[in-house]
Amino acid sequence: MHEEQKPELEQTLDQIETLAKNHETREGASSWECVLRSRQQGRPGAKLFIDLICDSFMEMHGDRLYGDDPAMIGGVGLVEGRAITFIGNRKGANLKENVLCNYGMSNPEGYRKALRLAKQAEKFGRPIVCFIDTPGAYPGLGAEERGIGEAIAQNLKVFSTLKTPILCFIIGEGGSGGALGIGVGDKLYMLEHAVYSVITPEGFASILLRDPSKAKEAAEAMKMTSYHLKEFSVIHDIIAEGSAQETAMRIKQTILRDLDVLCSKPAEHLVRYRIKKIRGIGEVSGGKEWWQPLLEVFKKTQSLS
Amino acid sequence: MVELCPNCQKEVESGPYRICPSCNYYFPLTVQQRIALFADPGSFVEMATEMKSMNPISLAGYEDKLKENEKKSSLSDAVSIGSCSIENQPVIVGIMSFAFMGGSMGSVVGEKITQAMLEGALRGEPVILFTASGGARMQEGIFSLMQMAKTASAAALMEETRTPLFLVLTNPTTGGVTASFAMLGDVILAEPGAVIGFAGPRVIEGTIGQKLPEGFQRSEFQLKKGFIDALVERASLRSTLSFLIKTHTKGGAVYA
Repeated sequence: MHEEQKPELEQTLDQIETLAKNHETREGASSWECVLRSRQQGRPGAKLFIDLICDSFMEMHGDRLYGDDPAMIGGVGLVEGRAITFIGNRKGANLKENVLCNYGMSNPEGYRKALRLAKQAEKFGRPIVCFIDTPGAYPGLGAEERGIGEAIAQNLKVFSTLKTPILCFIIGEGGSGGALGIGVGDKLYMLEHAVYSVITPEGFASILLRDPSKAKEAAEAMKMTSYHLKEFSVIHDIIAEGSAQETAMRIKQTILRDLDVLCSKPAEHLVRYRIKKIRGIGEVSGGKEWWQPLLEVFKKTQSLS
Repeated sequence: MVELCPNCQKEVESGPYRICPSCNYYFPLTVQQRIALFADPGSFVEMATEMKSMNPISLAGYEDKLKENEKKSSLSDAVSIGSCSIENQPVIVGIMSFAFMGGSMGSVVGEKITQAMLEGALRGEPVILFTASGGARMQEGIFSLMQMAKTASAAALMEETRTPLFLVLTNPTTGGVTASFAMLGDVILAEPGAVIGFAGPRVIEGTIGQKLPEGFQRSEFQLKKGFIDALVERASLRSTLSFLIKTHTKGGAVYA
């Protein structure tokens, strides 16, 4: 099987090199080009963006339960006098770091560290910024034994009602539940060549198209680029990519602009709006109106009524 | 009725609980069979019967696939929700069916599960969800992924309204369902022998390059690892659920 895939891999590497030379591709970028770009070695990651955006940053380690997951970076930074909790998937900037960071695939400890830091942020009224860049949660033996499913589920639940602003940026690969695990927030942005999907195009191709070599076709069919997701209203906006420095400054401007608005709102309004947004995603026929019942549920809660 | 057990390959009589007498394999139940196991006779009233899937990412072949599964399973999608009573205590229930597209969670499943949970929160009635799912429905792309967030946020609202949420995990419960509402119950029960996990066994074997140990990801394993409260046999489903309803009211059970 590996022998068969080798030409494909070489082809992919060639494509990556061509893409690296060709920076002007914008709206014209095909889905597959975006997939390759989002995975490109040397693409700015969470750590670099945190360093470029923060005046100072202190990394905080560990989930207080089992260990510290290098595939998830977290800590507190100062941005123009504003304290912000940063959480992000970390792939590493070179091969050595890639291995250390498990190529950005977190174990449960990563999600539990993220949860711990998010609750700490809520306690101190600090907004949260998440940088998403992962092929997915790690599908390994230990991850299963320590409840990777439970860890992600808790994050989805707790983040949805966390009483502090949460801004999420998909900066590279937004891979499935592993991405969503730090992806529930008030605002969701994507860098223009980032992707976000329920499964990798390779997985989609082998399961649904029954042909792993059709990843390129799968990528188009899955509608996983920033432009598709903007059209679906799943994301709020697309952030144009330039040099790492330029992109970081655009992200920083977005953060400061949004926090000016979101931090001035009562936390319960924020949460109600966040839940309403999540509640509305999905397309069904024959469904009933859900807004009024949701309002009634809010009234029955202590903190959101 | 004599039938072939898919687990031990023997011709067996599975009896009223649909369990293989030879190897203890739990045959999948239809929605009606499941309801008959725990609900007061005739009390089940189905909700959201009109709801159907659309094709949100306009994927070629998805509509045909839906029609095919409707025909094959006589279901409109992979979950049925409704109200019923258990020993005269009103509850909201949701029952997933693996027979419809592998129990995968798309917009309809996410919406119905969410509706069931919020209906429970509104009425102040416990919600009991039976899972059976291979995970997110890939044919709905990003919309299927978002159903994880949607059902989890409904669980958060149940928490805020102090509404009990009970899960009964059946074979199999994996992927996006495990990583959302299936792991968010106040009490999580599982049927014996059910495969419960996030990544599928073949994916994990591909990652680690070796066969998984015997019993890995089975409900007995998850019990040992601390992710489920108890195993529940079909014969004691009704009494177990009834006990949970009694003991999860505000202030706990009050006996006269």
